[in-house]
Amino acid sequence: MSPKLRLGIAIGFVFAVLAAAIYFPILKRRVKKQAQVQQKSEEQARLELVQSLNAASNEPKVKAKLFWAADAEYSELVANTVELPLSNDPVLRSKQVLSTLLAGPVDSELRTLPPDAALLAFYILPDGTAVADFSDAMANSIPSGVQSEQFAVDSIARTLEANVPQVLRLRILIHGQAVETLAGHLDLSGTFPVSTKPVPPAPAPAGVPTTK
Amino acid sequence: MPSLFHCASAIAGPSACISFGILLCVPLMNLTNLMNALIRRIAAVSFAGVLLGALAVHSQTPSPGPPSASTTTPPNSQNPATGRAALNIVVLDPAHGGTDPGARGSAGIREADIVLELTAQVRHGLENQGFQVLQTRSSNENPSFDDRSALANAQTGAIFVSLHVSSTGLSGTVRAYTMADMAMPPTTGGLIPWDQAQASYLSLSRKLGDAVQGELTQRFKGSPMNVQSAYVRQLRTTAAPAIAVELSSVAMEDKADLDRMLPGVADAIVRGVVTFRPSYVTPAVPGNAPGAKP
Repeated sequence: MSPKLRLGIAIGFVFAVLAAAIYFPILKRRVKKQAQVQQKSEEQARLELVQSLNAASNEPKVKAKLFWAADAEYSELVANTVELPLSNDPVLRSKQVLSTLLAGPVDSELRTLPPDAALLAFYILPDGTAVADFSDAMANSIPSGVQSEQFAVDSIARTLEANVPQVLRLRILIHGQAVETLAGHLDLSGTFPVSTKPVPPAPAPAGVPTTK
Repeated sequence: MPSLFHCASAIAGPSACISFGILLCVPLMNLTNLMNALIRRIAAVSFAGVLLGALAVHSQTPSPGPPSASTTTPPNSQNPATGRAALNIVVLDPAHGGTDPGARGSAGIREADIVLELTAQVRHGLENQGFQVLQTRSSNENPSFDDRSALANAQTGAIFVSLHVSSTGLSGTVRAYTMADMAMPPTTGGLIPWDQAQASYLSLSRKLGDAVQGELTQRFKGSPMNVQSAYVRQLRTTAAPAIAVELSSVAMEDKADLDRMLPGVADAIVRGVVTFRPSYVTPAVPGNAPGAKP
């Protein structure tokens, strides 16, 4: 190898190291910034829900039924009556009751949903199927197990059933995506029955039951 | 898209540095030739990467595994004339495994490990009763839900028992679950949709679940009297009487307490399966309630 070539290689390496030293801090800053943006969007979803609750504060307070665990051992779900100013609009009303459900009971051991989970979006299709989109924390922070995951879904479904009669069935998304299970056990690929009234079959994805 | 951008940046950054270095290393080369050479090399490397990626994906796809089509013909439904077959195979499914530890307790208890120990004990008891036992996994691996179901769906005269440990519930209790109600799938030519394979077996699954839960309740105070229903993903695609059994819980402070439960749980499952054995019938026609035997 000629001295000229060796010198060229050496200079090349020096430049490569210098370029990397300049570039990596920039990359790090970008990643950090992106993480903050994502965090902000979830925080924004929470704020929107709180604002929607405040907007409805002019509404007369009604007795809403929210379902949490009866005890720390998850023996059953029980209805808790809470006075809330609820909108007559079914979508807004659903957001209000679900945000209160997510906020949890006074005794944190009775909560059925993770404290850091947020409702990102909620809408109701013309056939009565409600679509609830939760943040990643709903799947990542929930205690893993058939019992705990079924309690989480049941508490949402029964709370909607008790307070929003327009909702006939429920589809759950995680961060806008259809996922196979909630936390490794409970099937989220289809819809869950909400209303105990006879419900027409849903045009849901094949697989999971749509009606009781 | 931002994450994609960062990925591209992360790759492009060092590559740019190296390319820059190469440019400086060969100052005498014609610039056009150098660019052409670089483009050819990048193209060759990209092609090799795509080829390797495709091979990797292909090698991860289980060849006999779950059908890519959305239907299955369970062996059990191939003889609709008789509607009877002997129950002689039990497929045991230790849940989770591999990179998925399942539920984890603060004392370091991992669901994936406990259920593997439990499976060994249940297997021993069932084999003593003359059953052939198959396992969806025997080591620290994590087959897909469909692969696990496929093992049971390929058998004649089989039941499926999935084993779990929860994060919640009264410590020292055990619950058996069946799949919650499912809409009956449309049937064409004896084929049932893979995604609704359990629908025709729900009635039998409940009988099996009640038999096992009855035994569990006798041994573990505070356990429910009857089988529970839940939308358990693993059970949905299984074309056989299928239950999930879940112990409470990984939250126990001492793993020895959980270990002490295992022989009792294993014995209850074995006795439940033996009790259920005479009730076993194959659904005559998918869509009809199986298990017509009172």
